[in-house]
Amino acid sequence: MDNQITPQNQIRNQIRNHIGRKKNNSDRLMPRFFLIMASVSIITTVGIVLTLITDAFHFFKEVSIFEFFSTKLAPLGANPSFGILPLINGTVLSSLIAMMVAIPIGLTSAMYLSEFSSPKTRSFIKPILEVLAGIPTIVYGFFAYSFVTPILMKLIPTLEAKNVLSPGIVMGIMIIPMVASLSEDAMKSVPNALREGAYGLGSTKLEVTTKVVLPAAMSGIMSSFVLAISRAIGETMIVAIASGSSKNFTFDITHSMQTMTGYIVEFTSGDAGSGTTGYYSLYAVGLMLFIFTFIMNLIAQYISKRFREEY
Amino acid sequence: MDIRSEILNDKGINPMKSNNPTQVKVEINRQRINRRVLINEILKKVFFASTLFALAVLSVLLYRIIAQSIGWLDWHFLTSKLSIFPEKAGIYGVIIGSVGLMVVVIPVTLILGVSTAIYLEEYASKSRFQNLIKVNISNLASVPSVIFGLLGLALFGRFLNLGSSILAGGLTLSLLVLPIVVVSSQEALKAVPNFLREASYAMGAGKWTTIRKVVLPVAIPGILTGAILSISRAIGETAPLVVLGIPALLLKVPTSLMDDFTALPIQIYYWTLDTVLTPEYANLAAATIVVLLITLFLMNSIAIVIRNKTQKTY
Repeated sequence: MDNQITPQNQIRNQIRNHIGRKKNNSDRLMPRFFLIMASVSIITTVGIVLTLITDAFHFFKEVSIFEFFSTKLAPLGANPSFGILPLINGTVLSSLIAMMVAIPIGLTSAMYLSEFSSPKTRSFIKPILEVLAGIPTIVYGFFAYSFVTPILMKLIPTLEAKNVLSPGIVMGIMIIPMVASLSEDAMKSVPNALREGAYGLGSTKLEVTTKVVLPAAMSGIMSSFVLAISRAIGETMIVAIASGSSKNFTFDITHSMQTMTGYIVEFTSGDAGSGTTGYYSLYAVGLMLFIFTFIMNLIAQYISKRFREEY
Repeated sequence: MDIRSEILNDKGINPMKSNNPTQVKVEINRQRINRRVLINEILKKVFFASTLFALAVLSVLLYRIIAQSIGWLDWHFLTSKLSIFPEKAGIYGVIIGSVGLMVVVIPVTLILGVSTAIYLEEYASKSRFQNLIKVNISNLASVPSVIFGLLGLALFGRFLNLGSSILAGGLTLSLLVLPIVVVSSQEALKAVPNFLREASYAMGAGKWTTIRKVVLPVAIPGILTGAILSISRAIGETAPLVVLGIPALLLKVPTSLMDDFTALPIQIYYWTLDTVLTPEYANLAAATIVVLLITLFLMNSIAIVIRNKTQKTY
């Protein structure tokens, strides 16, 4: 019956052809196009890891792993040596200082915003935190170098013009919004029934916050701390400007120190010729940095999954 | 003396002589409650003060920067070229460099980011591959920006031989902000209610037609908001560009995408570093920061306006 040429069949065939053509043109091609686009993100990650590993491999052909984990760093000397420990030391110290600023202030701000504040103050403070989070890090770097360091120098006369204390503090300030908003989210998601229960037993607001809400939100809060540490480790411009480029291995925070990120920035903006050991050392340091932040993120994911309290 | 008798002594009650145990108990309880309420009130103020700390820092930061830029930020500063003499220096070439970066970043991130989001939300099944892309994107978002600079240096700078051109810088920044665009576009697509799609299918429309004519028009405001926010992140990003090897003092104004360039945050960086030699550079850096912050503020305001004007509820 399909083969008979009747007006009905003609129309039916036309519709079929039309649908078939459309399928060919768009519904078959578009998913492939989008798939290719989506693959770019995978290629980027693979690319990052491959670049870091191959170039770091070149580096380790020339520099032994023992030298890499030593305390002597002099990449531009006549007899260059590439010990990464001074850089790790600078990174850890500056991140520690940052966390000593960010955790207390961030957590108390989160407790205030989530438990104590009226909706009006909240709607006033939240945008300010968002603005702080949106300021480019280079601006914080300028702030650390031209404002915080001179003030600290008056308080601590032995402070050097470039030191690790001032960028550490400013980095902490930069991270406050992140700690505050992530912890606040965690505390907000604690069900109200728990709070009501504690109030019913005669608790004050503070007791409800510290003894009920905080323990219940602990997984989210801890993972916000770990993410903040990861952010501090990867932060570049503040330390590049304000902590200088001294490659000495020291624990004195009033001295200049270089972080891993600072090393990468200083060494490329100098003239690291392609193919030299110095050039490849960038990728070895970059690989260490990548591993550090990657581990931190895994820990954060683990904490928020493992210790999540379900209600 | 134990705490109990101490409290009672304060109140003028002698625990030894008082022969009303209820009165003693009530008095002790009231003391304890008062103390707890007092601590509550004090710590509430402490928490509030620490919340205000952010506000204080923001005002000091803005005040310092604006105060330092006064007298330096004028029409001449915006329209003349860089110079080693602070009085003559202007940021015309720097602004052109930043605009050039955006010319690369905006189309690349929009096309790549929105396509990835459409694939993940509309086409991909719950397969392993889709999961892989998802994990990848969340990991990409947490890689330090300086590492993207290393990737750009190896891939675009050395391998594709783009050097430190606008194109190399723009592509590096695009990869950096790609995860933000993908995640925000995904959110926007998720917010499109399913009955719109089903209605479209019921009318006989194919998948792509549905996406193009039904889903995207509804999701576009959300996608745009995310895109603007990620672009404002790209404008302020310094580290990846410094790693690419941007020259510290570039007197030539870039004319094509293959030219060397310098951008607002990079110029701030170099001027800040050089304040040791020439103190006036701090004023130039502050003036450039004001230009950068005003740009970011305008972009964020646009994003908020778009979000508020086009918010629909289904």
